[in-house]
Amino acid sequence: MDLGNAASLAYHVPELVLAGGSIVVLLLDVFTGMKARLGEVALLIVAFAIFTIGYGASAQQGYLFNRMVALDSFALFFKFLFGFTTLATIWMSTGSRELDGEHPGEYYSILLAGTLGMFYMASATNLLMAYLALEFVSLTSYILSGFLRHRERGAEASLKYLIYGGVASGAMLYGFSLLYALTGTLDYAELGHKLAAVAAVPGNGAILFIAVTLTLVGIGYKIAMVPFHQWSPDVYEGSPLPITAYLAVGSKAAGLALLIRFFYPALSSAVGDGTWTALHGVAWPTLMSVVAMVTMTVGNLTALRQQNVKRLLAYSSIAHAGYMLMGFVVLTDGGLRAILFYSVVYYLMNLGAFAVLLLVVNQTGREDIEAFRGLAWRGGAPVAIAMLIFLFSLAGLPPFAGFIGKAYLFAAVIEQKMWLLALVAALNSVVGLAYYVRIARAMFLDQPVAGDPEIAVDTSNGVLIGMLVAGTLVFGLWWTPVINFADRSVVFFGN
Amino acid sequence: MIGTVHYLALSAVLFSIGAVGAVVRRNVIIIFMSIELMLNAANLAFVAGSNSLGSMNGQSIVFFVMTVAAAEAAVGLAVILALFRNRQTVAADEIALLKW
Repeated sequence: MDLGNAASLAYHVPELVLAGGSIVVLLLDVFTGMKARLGEVALLIVAFAIFTIGYGASAQQGYLFNRMVALDSFALFFKFLFGFTTLATIWMSTGSRELDGEHPGEYYSILLAGTLGMFYMASATNLLMAYLALEFVSLTSYILSGFLRHRERGAEASLKYLIYGGVASGAMLYGFSLLYALTGTLDYAELGHKLAAVAAVPGNGAILFIAVTLTLVGIGYKIAMVPFHQWSPDVYEGSPLPITAYLAVGSKAAGLALLIRFFYPALSSAVGDGTWTALHGVAWPTLMSVVAMVTMTVGNLTALRQQNVKRLLAYSSIAHAGYMLMGFVVLTDGGLRAILFYSVVYYLMNLGAFAVLLLVVNQTGREDIEAFRGLAWRGGAPVAIAMLIFLFSLAGLPPFAGFIGKAYLFAAVIEQKMWLLALVAALNSVVGLAYYVRIARAMFLDQPVAGDPEIAVDTSNGVLIGMLVAGTLVFGLWWTPVINFADRSVVFFGN
Repeated sequence: MIGTVHYLALSAVLFSIGAVGAVVRRNVIIIFMSIELMLNAANLAFVAGSNSLGSMNGQSIVFFVMTVAAAEAAVGLAVILALFRNRQTVAADEIALLKW
């Protein structure tokens, strides 16, 4: 299936819902007095968009809009993930005290638009579309991270994000321009065919390597991969908390989707038995396995000495990006399946940790570990237990979902006999445990000091945390449906 | 005779000036200008490639890039303005509340 512009619209309903919804929210804000209800409206729009993704999931796979985007299982998987991420983000935003009364119309409108950009990041099959989608997500993220513009930290976070993002996407675009000058095409599939011939010409290897590396800069900054990670702790700390969660889960998964689609169907060729061969002459798997090791090590070691929990979770998310990259460098379908599975698990446990943090920030106004002191003994026992589950899952302890996710990643690495990578990741898991336990110790073993406020759990946040805990527990014991779904989703159209 | 290679070399020089400028300059506005220079270096490479390969894709992408650059400038200047209202400075080394 290779459709033109008008014929594609019928297969493009979720995107149309989000684009329309983004405008509707803005209009409702201007023309009606329902500012306080806009969060619920946005929630309904996203829920409807998720429904339309599911409704259209059985459609024939193919190219839309003259090969600009692909409609395939891989894109569908990530669209579901982004839909649910936005759902949870909006849910958290409606219950967030720091966002109370802060221009809800613009906020939800931009949030929906950002999700639309992520949809395109997961489905772009053209260099132009990939660049536009990445910039779409970036521009909305800059605005959202500085949304509390009267806070000095908010504006600073936004500016740092903007400068890093601008440089990284500029580098990526230059990489694209080199690829175009070498091959004369912007289409992923054609690019793959032509690059094989281009790489064979002596002297082109260096240019090709520069082009691929520059492209990696742009995508690597999106997933907060070392050495392009410096923005992420600052931005995570300065942003409103729901946006931190949105960036940590949604934006990172979108970057991974773009990375996988660019490096697998476009730059590598499938051998047929579930393994892939990388483009000859460009040693990106070796480069990326070093980057994966450095990323997880830097993330974990720096997280050890953080006092601010938002910042600690930022470094932890850098480390998790490193773990997920393990599945990326092995060049097998099993590795990709492990990444997809891990991103679902990561969604549950990381959003859960942020939801608990939101509750604590709402009631204490603080984000440091001290705010968690004796949480279990001042009315927050259920929340403290939930946080314990999320933290242990993030650390990769059984019987939680995080353990299963890590097990699949390790299995993919060991299957390819990349012992060094497996060893470094195993050591990192131990280091990771150390800082997750620090929060757990503050919650249970430290006694509350006089003056620490009681923590009351409100229904909205309680329900969200409850659902995320249920997911983390259930998928830790019965993960077959998720891994089957991930398995079915490692299908790229047109390859 | 000026050929494609010369245009590509010029674009590489422009890109390097932009990248170095973005890293070493201390004024946020100048950093921003350097980023625009990097984008325009890419534009030049696209147009040069398009001319020598006889394909229009490279020329059409330039229009999109120019639009994105304008949108980025709009967001960027708004953010710089918000920061300036808070801090009365646009010097990158004074904007250091968030670190480590």
